[in-house]
Amino acid sequence: MNLETLADTLGLKCKCCWEKLKSTEVKGGYAGDLLSDVMANSSAGDIWVTRQVHQNIVAVASLKDLAGIVVVQGASPDKETVDRASKEGVPIMVTDMAKFEVVGRIYRLLSEG
Amino acid sequence: MSGDDFSESLEGIYHIQGRDFVDAGIVSSEVKKSLQGKGISESIIRRIAVITFEAEINIISYAEQGTIQLFIEPDAVIIEANDAGPGIADIDLALQEGYSTADDSIRELGFGAGMGLCNIKKFSDIFELTSLVGQGTYLRSIVKLNG
Repeated sequence: MNLETLADTLGLKCKCCWEKLKSTEVKGGYAGDLLSDVMANSSAGDIWVTRQVHQNIVAVASLKDLAGIVVVQGASPDKETVDRASKEGVPIMVTDMAKFEVVGRIYRLLSEG
Repeated sequence: MSGDDFSESLEGIYHIQGRDFVDAGIVSSEVKKSLQGKGISESIIRRIAVITFEAEINIISYAEQGTIQLFIEPDAVIIEANDAGPGIADIDLALQEGYSTADDSIRELGFGAGMGLCNIKKFSDIFELTSLVGQGTYLRSIVKLNG
């Protein structure tokens, strides 16, 4: 499933890198707020669901070749975070949903193919 | 392996300023870019990215400053991290997952969970850590390119 379909289906609001959504394939997902946990256990092509908003999340996503970041619970990524993500080509999306709900919906979408 | 001299295969030396979380990850990104286009597989590059990122975060979290050096040998990539930090009193304890001396300001950023050194060890083929309290810490991680 590409990132655009996933974002549209869940009503996620994209903050940057719109142009990459259609061409980015989501292969799986990972959820977490501990950056070392995500570094160690996420896989390339994962969509990452988190509550963290500071710019270090961009480094993690970029280093691990993640498909993009979904920031949950109405949190707003810092301006520096969005700027850095734009520069590094990491799509960031936001939603008012809680992490549990987002993860459940993404899991179902990806399982259904 | 402490006596090994990789100086001829030095690819880059990167300076890291302690307590500068804004730029955290920049050195790791540079290391990753240096490795691309050299015939090294993406999965190995991602392993090295994890190692470098954790080493970088450790220097930023605990030391005034430090350096990361990248060496590319024909059969391995070597990451060396040196810092002039407080040192580690008990290395066995520091290598236990979940053990951390990070303060709240570090934890609020999602770091300091006591996983960094474990991650470096886990993603390395050869891992070496030495430290002198009050002087600093030296870490060497070797990732083999053929298996």
